[in-house]
Amino acid sequence: MSNNTRRLLRGIGLVCALALGATACGGSDDGGSGDKKVSAGDIQAALKKGGSITVWAWEPTLKQVVEDFEKDHPKVHVNLVNAGTNKDQYTALQNAISAKKGVPDVAQIEYYALGQFALTKSLDNLSGYGADKLAKTYSPGPWNSVKTGDAVYALPMDSGPMALFYNKKVFDKYKIAVPTTWDEYVEAARKLHKADPKAYITSDTGDAGFTTSMLWQAGSRPYKVSDDGTKVGINFSDKGAATYTKTWQKLIDEKLLAPVNGWTDDWYKGLGNGDIATLVTGAWMPANFVSGVKNASGDWRVAPMPQWTKGDKTTAENGGSSLALPAAGKNKELAYAFVEYANAGKGVQTRLKGGAFPATTKDLQSKAFQDTEFPYFGGQKANKIFADSAANVGRGWSYLPYQVYANSIFNDSVGKAYVSHTPLAKGLKAWQDASVKYGKEQGFTVSQ
Amino acid sequence: MTTLQPPAAVDRTARPSLKRDRRSWTGWGFVGPFVAVFALVFLAPIGYSIYLSLFRDRLIGGNTFVGLDNYQQALQDDQFWAGVTRVGLFLLVQVPIMLGIALLVALALDSGRLYGKNFFRISIFLPYAVPAVVATLMWAFMYGTRFGLVGDINDAFGVSLPDPLSPDLILASIGNIVTWEFVGYNMLIFYSALRVIPHSLYEAAEIDGAGQLRVITAIKLPAIRGALVIATIFSIIGSFQLFNEPSILKPLAPNAVTTDYTPNYYTYTLSFNGQQHNYSATVAIVMGLITMVIAYVVQLRGMRKGA
Repeated sequence: MSNNTRRLLRGIGLVCALALGATACGGSDDGGSGDKKVSAGDIQAALKKGGSITVWAWEPTLKQVVEDFEKDHPKVHVNLVNAGTNKDQYTALQNAISAKKGVPDVAQIEYYALGQFALTKSLDNLSGYGADKLAKTYSPGPWNSVKTGDAVYALPMDSGPMALFYNKKVFDKYKIAVPTTWDEYVEAARKLHKADPKAYITSDTGDAGFTTSMLWQAGSRPYKVSDDGTKVGINFSDKGAATYTKTWQKLIDEKLLAPVNGWTDDWYKGLGNGDIATLVTGAWMPANFVSGVKNASGDWRVAPMPQWTKGDKTTAENGGSSLALPAAGKNKELAYAFVEYANAGKGVQTRLKGGAFPATTKDLQSKAFQDTEFPYFGGQKANKIFADSAANVGRGWSYLPYQVYANSIFNDSVGKAYVSHTPLAKGLKAWQDASVKYGKEQGFTVSQ
Repeated sequence: MTTLQPPAAVDRTARPSLKRDRRSWTGWGFVGPFVAVFALVFLAPIGYSIYLSLFRDRLIGGNTFVGLDNYQQALQDDQFWAGVTRVGLFLLVQVPIMLGIALLVALALDSGRLYGKNFFRISIFLPYAVPAVVATLMWAFMYGTRFGLVGDINDAFGVSLPDPLSPDLILASIGNIVTWEFVGYNMLIFYSALRVIPHSLYEAAEIDGAGQLRVITAIKLPAIRGALVIATIFSIIGSFQLFNEPSILKPLAPNAVTTDYTPNYYTYTLSFNGQQHNYSATVAIVMGLITMVIAYVVQLRGMRKGA
């Protein structure tokens, strides 16, 4: 019951903040939902004073960043916790926020999941910390993903402009040309599987993140979200979606996709021994190749993402995450200082060295970055392709404010297309219906 | 009921009100610790679930009292009923098979005609000692058509066995795991019930010239009816609570195990993926009621026959 009272009070606080503007309510410094104003001076003072913060993240390059940060600020202790990867961490974070206990000061959140946390006022608006001045620092894609209206809910950590990773050894062996369009991709898939029945062009058992990115590239814009986040539109029957399903259905029907779930041992094995010959994914992938598929070093290369129309250059984003400050966290000044250090300050270079892909314009365009040779890809300057992709990401895409939930039920509906005779388009329609139902139950105004 | 009556003749004239007071307090003193723990760990969670089920906390609109709306929704929820039907089917097929095997093994052990009786008893019981998570993972790797036993058999003999993790077969595959896990446990219940049957009955049967089969149907089975009913009720509850096996198989067969595969898995999804704690509590309560009713009916029927 006290729980309820607290919720009510928070609600009143919220209404108050909305009606009178951020500063008028005041008095709720301990994790309220109001917009906090913190000056650069406050942050410097906090860094001098010291303290400790907890960071929940699974991004491997942050470990070095934490060490450097602690070296620069000896009185600050950063407790870096891996609370699970993406969905698992969001569940843990959501539970901690509901319980108002054990909430981290900083949390890694992917772009597609930010809306859900922002909408429930679980994150601090970082504009009050000076984050709004960083607009020029980041490339437009990631920056638009972290802000809603004037509010900035996180600082972009990396981005995932998509590219085609392919096993050159396999392609050379069977004399297959690297596909530049999706039609060529299907042709390559047929040729490869015919030449070696154990080899597949790629693996796909139904992955929400991949499917939405493919729709994105194909020009589909299934989700529409109003600025305040309360009205959403969901519709998978536009032209772009039809373009995608028509082609992908061929790969499914002709059994040209390896039935291997992503990120499993089997999957890594397939990437290593040539059974899975390509991977269309975000530019954050190289670090995973280096650590997970060591034995295939030198076999793989990077090419631009295949296109729907020959000569086009449109791409999409896949994955990419940010660092945010949960509203119920403590030590806000230190937390923001860390986030800024890691995502806009010295930490960016450290993470680039570790193989991360930047969201910062300066680094993306720097000659040093673009000329970096990847020994894993046979010395190829792969960053040129990634940077090119980042510049050509299709505009106007948005995720649902409850995309985490929608993705969690993706395989219930669309998954059927991969294991039965349900057409992909029908699966998407069922996913749409389930997402609409949930949206309505949660009080959204949903149109289709 | 709670305290001993003092000898009737002595205290007849004492003030009755005071005496009644003292009597009731003494009783509470004995029952108190139990009642406190019972209320805290048993009644309070149920009460809290019921309380939760009367509200609806939404992303937009916040928390509101909705009365019995959640229950109405649950009764019309196709996803929920599909799950109930699935575990119902599981119950009808898997439980008889499992209890049948357990009973056969228990009778075989009890017959005294088996060599290495202790070895058999231990090895059949052993799977029960393996944690369900480990057991499921173990079986899941055997089921794998690319990397597991099924895959190896396919390669070795050039055959193509159906995929046990495909949507059509996965319920049977789960049934197989559960049977493997619990045959030993049920066997032990039956076996210990068989051990307490007085030997004089067997001797009498022998004098009457009854064969083994006759001894089983006329003496052993009627004598362990209580144990059979108990084991059946445990199995019914276990089937309705099916959760571990599907949730562990989910990452391996993401398209075969849906997030509403069993009622328990559905409540888990509602609560932890969808943040619909209120509706999740409602579904849990409805499922609890269904389980109670079915278990009670089975108990009534089982006991009536026994009487």
